[in-house]
Amino acid sequence: MPDLPDAATCYELLARMALIRRFEEEAGRQYQRAKAGGFLHLAIGEEATIVGTTSVMRDEDFLIGTYRTHGHAIARGTEPNAVMAELFGRVDGTSGGRGGSMHIFDAARRFMGGYGIVGGNLPIAAGLALASQYKGEDAVTVCMFGDGASNAGNFGETMNLAALWTLPILFLVENNLYGMGTAIERHSAQTDLSKKAEGYGVPGTRIDGMDVIAVREAVSAGLRSAREEERPTLIEVVTYRYRGHSAADPEVYREREEVEEWRRRDPIESFARRCVEAGVLGEREVGQAREAAEATVLAAVELADASPEPPLDTMYESLYALTDYPGGWYAVDERSPEPHRGEHEADMPERARELAEAGAAYAEVEEEGERPNPALAGDAQDHTASRTGPDPEERED
Amino acid sequence: MAELRMREALRDAMAEEMRRDESVFVMGEDVGVFRGAFKVTDGLLDEFGERRVRDTPISENTIVGAGVGAAMNGLRPIVELMTVNFSLLALDQIVNHAAAIPYMFNGQAKVPMVIRMPGGGGHQLGPTHSHSFEALYLQVPGLLVACPSTPGDAKGLLKSAIRDDNPVVFIEHESLYGVRGEVDDGGEELVPFGEARVRREGSDVTIVGILKMANVAMEAAETLAREHGVEAEVIDPRTLRPLDLDTILGSVAKTNHAVIVEEGWPHGGVGANLSALITEQAFDDLDAPPQRVTGADVHMPYSKRLEQAAIPHQEHIVSAALATLEGART
Repeated sequence: MPDLPDAATCYELLARMALIRRFEEEAGRQYQRAKAGGFLHLAIGEEATIVGTTSVMRDEDFLIGTYRTHGHAIARGTEPNAVMAELFGRVDGTSGGRGGSMHIFDAARRFMGGYGIVGGNLPIAAGLALASQYKGEDAVTVCMFGDGASNAGNFGETMNLAALWTLPILFLVENNLYGMGTAIERHSAQTDLSKKAEGYGVPGTRIDGMDVIAVREAVSAGLRSAREEERPTLIEVVTYRYRGHSAADPEVYREREEVEEWRRRDPIESFARRCVEAGVLGEREVGQAREAAEATVLAAVELADASPEPPLDTMYESLYALTDYPGGWYAVDERSPEPHRGEHEADMPERARELAEAGAAYAEVEEEGERPNPALAGDAQDHTASRTGPDPEERED
Repeated sequence: MAELRMREALRDAMAEEMRRDESVFVMGEDVGVFRGAFKVTDGLLDEFGERRVRDTPISENTIVGAGVGAAMNGLRPIVELMTVNFSLLALDQIVNHAAAIPYMFNGQAKVPMVIRMPGGGGHQLGPTHSHSFEALYLQVPGLLVACPSTPGDAKGLLKSAIRDDNPVVFIEHESLYGVRGEVDDGGEELVPFGEARVRREGSDVTIVGILKMANVAMEAAETLAREHGVEAEVIDPRTLRPLDLDTILGSVAKTNHAVIVEEGWPHGGVGANLSALITEQAFDDLDAPPQRVTGADVHMPYSKRLEQAAIPHQEHIVSAALATLEGART
């Protein structure tokens, strides 16, 4: 087992993991309260994978991930307030309320997104790395994706391109054993994902994703190989999400005992215990990390809730980067016959206003804890197929 | 000015922009050693080397996606997809990523890239290699769509596209690569997006044509003048997004009749869109419903006889113009 780093680093690792855990718990609760809409994918259980990775990245490095990346942004230094505000669809959100949970982005911290399409981020990661190489910059791109994405065509295409062009990139597959609700044995012929890119010329290693120190060690080596040798590698991080695929997941595909089994290896508990046993951190500091997380997250909810809804007249902003010759129609609604859509508050239809004001377009959900599954309902306004989501109080420790 | 083929004009546009801006580079299948499937990138590898002229594997979605990432990280990629037909394999990166990223990340990222793709029918390449997808890309907010019909416009538009900060779908017509035309060789003659070109003035009927059909519309206009005493005004929008609707509406206000010509499918096509816009915006100027001339609503047949029957010809345009002048509802 690799040695623990110094006390300050250990505290930072613990505090960051605790913050993500607490943020995700609260995000789940706010989703039940219909403050957050759409889909919500929580990374509870995967904190060591995230924090272990970001803790050894340089500021200049790029990180790009999936639709389960609230924690990845926070680990990169994005304000939890801004992530929570994005979940709430507010102007102070990371994308001003245009992206939502699946599309978190923070250019300043080189967190390059949050992508809703499985495997969609892989080619983009290759492009980020290609540009760094082209410009002669030292930045490495870390591309994280799930076990499910390893079956997408983009996986093979991107591995080939990365190896062919010796791109400064590190691939990290967060293997949480399920592609949505399909177990890895049922979705991938090769279940040792570290081997899956070897044929393309991208060698892999498999590590314990519940051990933040193991993740740090492996990612450090991967970054070094990408940065110094322009040799792309793949790290398979075996981890587990305690919650469902999304907040609307009834989890019929796995046994409760399996979840309990993984919880006993909890990455935060086990790391805290190890730090205390080694005398690197005291119980007081462990408590302090948790308390700090609690305070930060509660403040984030408050700030997110205080942030205004996006004004309707910003509907078309950032659709195009307008240049010197903004001739003609870019978007049809810009000049469509009256009334214009989305330009004046007064033009907002009454029904639309009701749905919007109820929060996340769930006007008819009044009881807390009852949320329809948008995928099952098809139409967010049709609640005939609504389903009771898991109660976070019951599911969490 | 020089007389060049369209493929040479396009190559010159890329070469000039690459000389001007180090961040511009080309990648695509067979663009380097092979010199381009249609020889559009001929000579670029020799001048700029493998760093800036990159042969790629046959991985359309990943080529476009790598372009998106490179654009987000400060470069200006020109991605060549061998044909528009193969762009379907990259549709996820074009629609869900290139077009959406600036908006969904609230302007924090720009995607200044050009995706060049040759298309169109007429070479007996059958159902999978003869597509016209102008309407498909026209529909997507966040994209710009260019579709030049002359070598001069091709060069000026491509230079503009390369300098633009938005993702541009740049559609070329395979049958036009060898067509000669006057091209500015000074280097700074950019054709702005959103500015239609009136290729022929006339007072009786407005004919809007794109890509090769702009040229076929010109032939039809000559026939209309010679044989029917009808003076057609031929307009090439040159870009479909942004669209210079003012020029088209201004022409319809003068002629009171409109015909729209494209090679693509009729339903939800460029003509359907323009016809709706003209009808909505200039209903009172119209003396008759706009007429659409489109490709046949089938998968492009291989047989020369069937294929030629499926592609619009000047006779179709002449008939449509005469029909709208007679106010007939076909």
